[in-house]
Amino acid sequence: MACECGNKKESLDKYLAPLREVLKNYEKEEKYLIPILQEAQDEYGYLPEEVLKEIASYLDLSLSQVYGVVTFYTQFHLEPRGKNIIRVCMGTACHVRGGADVLAAVKDALGIENGETTKDLKFTLETVACIGACGLAPVIMINDDTHGRLTPEKIPGILASYK
Amino acid sequence: MSKISLTIDDQIVQVEEGTTILEAAREVGIEIPTLCYHPDLSLHGACRVCVVEDLEKNILVASCVTPAVDGMRISTRSARARRARRRNVILLLANHPNDCLGCDRNGTCELQKIAYSLGIRREDVDLLAGERRNLPLDDIGPALKRDPNKCILCGRCVRLCEEIQGVSALQFSNRGFDSIVSTAFGLPQSEINCANCGQCATICPVGAITEVSEINKVWDALEDDSKHVVVQTAPAIQATIGEEFGLEPGTVVTGKLVAALRKLGFDRVFSTEFTADLTIMEEGHEFLERLQENKNLPQITSCCPGWVKYAEHNYPDLLDHVSSAKSPQQMFSALAKTYYAEKEGLDPEKIFTVSIMPCTAKKFEKEREELRDSGYKDTDAVLTTRELARMIKEVGLDFVNLEDEEYDELMGKSTGAATIFGTTGGVAEAAVRTVKEKLTGEPLERLNLGFRGVNETKVEIGDRVVNIAIANGLKNAAKLLDEVRAGKSKYDFIEIMACPHGCVGGGGQPLPMSKEKKDKRAQGLANIDKNKYIRKSHENPMIIKLYEDYLGEPLSEKSHKLLHTSYKKRAKN
Ligand code: SF4
Ligand code: SF4
Ligand code: SF4
Ligand code: FES
Repeated sequence: MACECGNKKESLDKYLAPLREVLKNYEKEEKYLIPILQEAQDEYGYLPEEVLKEIASYLDLSLSQVYGVVTFYTQFHLEPRGKNIIRVCMGTACHVRGGADVLAAVKDALGIENGETTKDLKFTLETVACIGACGLAPVIMINDDTHGRLTPEKIPGILASYK
Repeated sequence: MSKISLTIDDQIVQVEEGTTILEAAREVGIEIPTLCYHPDLSLHGACRVCVVEDLEKNILVASCVTPAVDGMRISTRSARARRARRRNVILLLANHPNDCLGCDRNGTCELQKIAYSLGIRREDVDLLAGERRNLPLDDIGPALKRDPNKCILCGRCVRLCEEIQGVSALQFSNRGFDSIVSTAFGLPQSEINCANCGQCATICPVGAITEVSEINKVWDALEDDSKHVVVQTAPAIQATIGEEFGLEPGTVVTGKLVAALRKLGFDRVFSTEFTADLTIMEEGHEFLERLQENKNLPQITSCCPGWVKYAEHNYPDLLDHVSSAKSPQQMFSALAKTYYAEKEGLDPEKIFTVSIMPCTAKKFEKEREELRDSGYKDTDAVLTTRELARMIKEVGLDFVNLEDEEYDELMGKSTGAATIFGTTGGVAEAAVRTVKEKLTGEPLERLNLGFRGVNETKVEIGDRVVNIAIANGLKNAAKLLDEVRAGKSKYDFIEIMACPHGCVGGGGQPLPMSKEKKDKRAQGLANIDKNKYIRKSHENPMIIKLYEDYLGEPLSEKSHKLLHTSYKKRAKN
């Protein structure tokens, strides 16, 4: 699942080259795990298994230990992420004003569940507790853009503008 | 260190500074229930079942992680402490399957015991019932199965696998309600760097990690008239299975064990000690050769499949040091379907080989593709001590009062050397006994290597001093192996056992376990060795016969084919 380059050592080396550049800047100490993971995720967009294995060997940790840390923090992702990240607000104000219907409309339009990414890697769907734009409820954010006062009918049009 | 004084339940207790409240209480015989605490592991303080009340400060504290302080007044049984403890246990049960009846740990589960002693009833739990986990099991085996729904997140397995085995195959992952103990990517335990030692199963307070049971497979074979079912019992079983029937740890019940197996319907009851003697012959001669050629030293033992798997993952560069001799289990099975079949005129295809092992790693070992040298799968089923005890209980045998019986001839006779295979230091000692006599004609005195951690000794063999080290617990072994890797090891022979205390503390042994119990079990085995008439493997008449009639000599071509194997590098992660 990790990389599309198959198992050949050469292509794996090529795939891991950017990571190895990152690792050069860190000593082999457990305390650097989180900064390394952050930089690796910036590099690859997510944290593929091969990348985690390489980090584990570098820091002399087991893969389970690294996996434990990655799954603890919501900032880390084990799956590729879409080009556009949609965050649907589930805060109280949005909830009261139909946030759930908006979420359902997004799910319908993209054919994915919360936390998933579309096959074409265009969109990732997430829910968040509160965006802090309650005056505009119900709201969603796509990347850095806020879309407020939504109704389910408006969703397809908004999504289309990001394709 | 200075002494401090505190009061626990109105008793004055004096302890060293730095002692926890729990330890202080236990010193004066006050029992506080615990779940995440374990004396062999670092402190965790997660379950809060051990709460007590600090009467000075008017607060509840977790006694397992709170240091005792001079002048403290503690109540372990105040209404507040009891209520909180009860509440914490109920909360654990509220997200725990209601499955005691079908659970492998029914009767040995610490959660069940505490719930009972606190008088918790189903209704109490139902009052707090909420969402429950419904996670997939990891039960593809072949050695261990995990049911994360039963896990109470005490972290004992996590700490053990890291602190004692140095493997860290299991970790906490996810967070909040979704927290679970899992392998990386939730992979099956058989597909990762796990050694299959089963130590995690022995330390789990509940039924979240257990062995994959093969009881039904064995019943099927026993009931199938076309099958000739041959059983071997590992050395450590005779000093441990008695515990399952209420006997003291270390009570030797060899004769009753044999009798029970016959009553269960096994066609031949043999002893793995026979092939332990054979292992010593083969491994001893291998060592002799290496000493003479000064090649691949230190030689490292290969009888523990937990250690072997760990080596394949973590020290693939040292595999040439590992003896090529198969484990006694696998030697036995290969011979059962060749030598024994031939002697008895049996069709090897009809022979079903069962081994009674202290060990979960042996369940994995039997599935190795290379271990089919008889032309068939050499070992068909492996039962742990616990599984065999269950079969005996199922048919209602009065184990303790069975008349002693003897092992069957041919592959049943063994020496004291083979018996001590079950404790750490035993293999090294047994091998050196034979080597020393072969080279110098002089007998070897008892080495008396300790049972715990890392031990070393030296033996003079002729004009050469042979340095021997033994290690149990994989993290201990790693220290010795790092020296070998760095070219700095002074040893010629290293014995490694994955389980602390060796097989007497194996992953398949009766529960619960403690250091004290394991010491007693090891002592039980040492006593058998002392009392055995023949103590040297090369004097075992049945071994002499096997070489004369069948194998030729140690390390012969036939021995190599049936009794030796090879190892393969596996990924570190
Ligand atoms: S079987 Fe041994 S190595 Fe594997 S997870 Fe359990 S303790 Fe760790
Ligand atoms: S599997 Fe057992 S030992 Fe491990 S955390 Fe869960 S309950 Fe504790
Ligand atoms: S020490 Fe014994 S019980 Fe433990 S894994 Fe090794 S062979 Fe099995
Ligand atoms: S036993 Fe003390 S917190 Fe778990």
